[in-house]
Amino acid sequence: MSLGFLMLCHTALDRAAQVARHWAQQGCPVVIHVDARVGEAALEGMKRALDDCADVRFAPRHRCEWGTWSLVAAMQSAAELMLAAFPDVSRVYAASGSCLPLRPTAELGDWLDARPDTDFIESVTTADVGWTQGGLSLERFTLRFPFAWKRHRWLFDRWVTLQRRLHLQRPIPEGIEPHLGSQWWCLTRETLEAILTDPRRGEFDRYFRTVWIPDESYFQTLARRHARRIESRSLTLSKFDFQGKPHIFYDDHLQLLRRSDCFVARKIWPGADGLYDHFLSLEPGAPGRAEPKPGRIDRLFSQATARRTRGRAGLYMQSRYPREHWENGRTATRYSVFEGFTELFEDFETWLGRAIGARVHGHLYAPDRAHFAGGERLFNGCLSDSAALRDYVPTDFLTNLIWNTRSEHPCFQFGPADNQAPAGFVAADPNARISVITGAWAVPLFRAATPFDEIRARAARLQKTEAEHLGLLRNNWVRAQVRVWPLADFAAAPAEPIQDILDEITPRGQPRLTEMPRMVDLTGFGRFLQTLRNAGMNPWLAGDFPLEDTPQPAPPARRARQAR
Amino acid sequence: MSVIGKYRLRLKRQRQRLRAWRKRGELRCLRDRTRAIGRGDVLLFSTLRNERIRLPYFLRYYREMGIGHFLIVENGSDDGSREYLEEQPDVSLWTTQASYKRSGFGVDWLNWLQRRHGHGHWTLVVDVDEFLVYPFCDTRPIRALTDWLDASALRAFPAMLLDMYPKGPIDAQPYREGQDPIEIAAWFDSGNYTIRRNPEYLDLWIQGGPRARAFFADDPARAPALNKIPLVKWDRRYAYMRSTHVLLPRGLNYVYDEFGGEKASGCLLHAKFLDTFLDKSAEEMTRRQHYAASREYRAYSAGLRERTDLWCPWSEKYINWRQLEILGLMSKGNWA
Repeated sequence: MSLGFLMLCHTALDRAAQVARHWAQQGCPVVIHVDARVGEAALEGMKRALDDCADVRFAPRHRCEWGTWSLVAAMQSAAELMLAAFPDVSRVYAASGSCLPLRPTAELGDWLDARPDTDFIESVTTADVGWTQGGLSLERFTLRFPFAWKRHRWLFDRWVTLQRRLHLQRPIPEGIEPHLGSQWWCLTRETLEAILTDPRRGEFDRYFRTVWIPDESYFQTLARRHARRIESRSLTLSKFDFQGKPHIFYDDHLQLLRRSDCFVARKIWPGADGLYDHFLSLEPGAPGRAEPKPGRIDRLFSQATARRTRGRAGLYMQSRYPREHWENGRTATRYSVFEGFTELFEDFETWLGRAIGARVHGHLYAPDRAHFAGGERLFNGCLSDSAALRDYVPTDFLTNLIWNTRSEHPCFQFGPADNQAPAGFVAADPNARISVITGAWAVPLFRAATPFDEIRARAARLQKTEAEHLGLLRNNWVRAQVRVWPLADFAAAPAEPIQDILDEITPRGQPRLTEMPRMVDLTGFGRFLQTLRNAGMNPWLAGDFPLEDTPQPAPPARRARQAR
Repeated sequence: MSVIGKYRLRLKRQRQRLRAWRKRGELRCLRDRTRAIGRGDVLLFSTLRNERIRLPYFLRYYREMGIGHFLIVENGSDDGSREYLEEQPDVSLWTTQASYKRSGFGVDWLNWLQRRHGHGHWTLVVDVDEFLVYPFCDTRPIRALTDWLDASALRAFPAMLLDMYPKGPIDAQPYREGQDPIEIAAWFDSGNYTIRRNPEYLDLWIQGGPRARAFFADDPARAPALNKIPLVKWDRRYAYMRSTHVLLPRGLNYVYDEFGGEKASGCLLHAKFLDTFLDKSAEEMTRRQHYAASREYRAYSAGLRERTDLWCPWSEKYINWRQLEILGLMSKGNWA
């Protein structure tokens, strides 16, 4: 065995000691660097715990701070000690105190032996990395960073801005090309020696001292200068979240880690007893030839990042409350709003429900209560039909309803007699499909046995509301798909628009319409509209109905006006 | 926010802290075991009155979660709660006979204890009928969560109150000591919550659930608030303002993402609606020591007499935290 491990530790020293002992017992020398900020007592404890392990050494200590040269210095000291103290070591693996070996070291040794002279170090040019945080990639190498990002964020930012503004740049030393990558590498003795004994090392060290996050670039860049063959990947499974901090593994990741076939994972929660117990007691089994497969773990963590950055469309809850226009989807799924259809057709909701095989609501925003499909008093998610509850935050009622039935295609009726509060929200929602038959509110008035004065007043009110609503739907910010037909046109030729609407809700494989919804009897409706006109109220939204009662008004072959 | 606005909030916070300081004399320490508190312990703070029957399960639930120490204010109990708590090795106990209402419903007392003992610790403030559920709580102890919050530089963790109720009349299944109350009150409302953002404190004001639909349908604005921020990395300068709904400094209330993403959050399962509730509401009606002159209790006892079943065919039966996550009541955020 000729593999040696370097360990950089700063917390949870007991766990680090456990892992170091494990490696040492498997015949791998270990050099431990303990952060100089760790107290003497803790260090003594760790040394005592590793007393009986002959091949464990402690490197000279540096005060380590994230993103600074100190981490490289620590790694250099540890590596120098390793090369000097263990002349048999032919490969050096850089690890941290929160790393955990997932496979017996013998398997890693065999696997490495099968790939001689190869350095495993993630090493990517600045132009090609997608993961740098804070927008600094090449600038890490061309600007100077005298201030610690963690402690003096304000100064750090100002200093970067100032250098950019003044175009202050410094040259990159001759002969190296900046590369970035994970600091958990595995190098051959030759490469590591070449880096540490490079005649120009002094020059490079001085340069990297003021590079930002040099621990992600020092060895990665210089390995390119000396290595015979580089395999640009890290053998340590280590994933970073969207803020650039490492994901942490817990006991419940055990199966996932086991099946990943990776050699070392980082970072492990110190309290994960199950992981430490399991992986540190693995017996070397059959010669493991399996390639590391971090794919499943990648997926798990990229899902977590997506959830944190994009979230679930249409969800409003305690920890996701997007500002307007930042919703990534105002509502959870597509839905259809029908205006004027229940008025024109008999039992339209039942018919539509049958045609598309779904539940169709009545007027959800009716003044008396929310008319859920089937006349239910409560609906999915225990949504109440109480008008007061609904009107308390009217858009929440809608987003809740759509979220609760997001596996269906929600459909509901709307009209000028309803609470108009959600109309703007719906109009700006790309998920909404709004179909309007204008003037259809006149049909129930025509069929009602109400005193004419009252009808006239109601008609005027409804027409005004609907006209405002249509104005709203014509705004340039409307994102819903809107179709508008005047009542007269729709009544004359309903089949085509209805087929269009159905195709849109159930796009694939629906048979042609066999059964049309039954239109209410409009005999005398033209006369009724004329009566309204005679009373001084022009129902212009209904369109041109012929005055005389022909069975069907002459079909004007006008297409639906598409607002968008 | 303007400088004046910020200053006003600062004054409010300082006034709240001063109140806590003044009320400290109302507390008499019965058992002080706070010396046993370890450096990284998560501490639980609670106020209670006559909850003897609930205590054994409550303590067990949170001990299993990994709470290091319980700091409890007992307010005039006469059912043996005090004696029971005195015997618990990980409980520090204070007692008071003073008015619950005039201490801001216990907030002043707990603000004081948190200031004394919570500084630098993660502190969880819950009632005896509230059970915290957070992502992965079935496999990871609460220290895993607080370590992760620390690493993510987060100071507060939200957990919305989720009202649980039984199927059938509230007194049909009597609660036995030591029993998991969620076995009885196993049902909840999954999708009828309304949210409004309070621009002054930045908190989200969440209402809804069974209480809103059953008792406040005609006056939803008065329905109880369900947003809570029970888990906070405490600093002696912090103060809870109204129960655990709102904190100052107000940045602590900013526990939600405004750009479409989801931050991590949990739920507080609220096992209030057990048979014990009927006695409580009768008692509280006469004591009038609860929020807004016990209006909630009045509404409940009127409502519960007429229709005693909060359950409906759309009620969800509680399974685990993953179910709550799928329903959109809580989120893993980027914790995986």
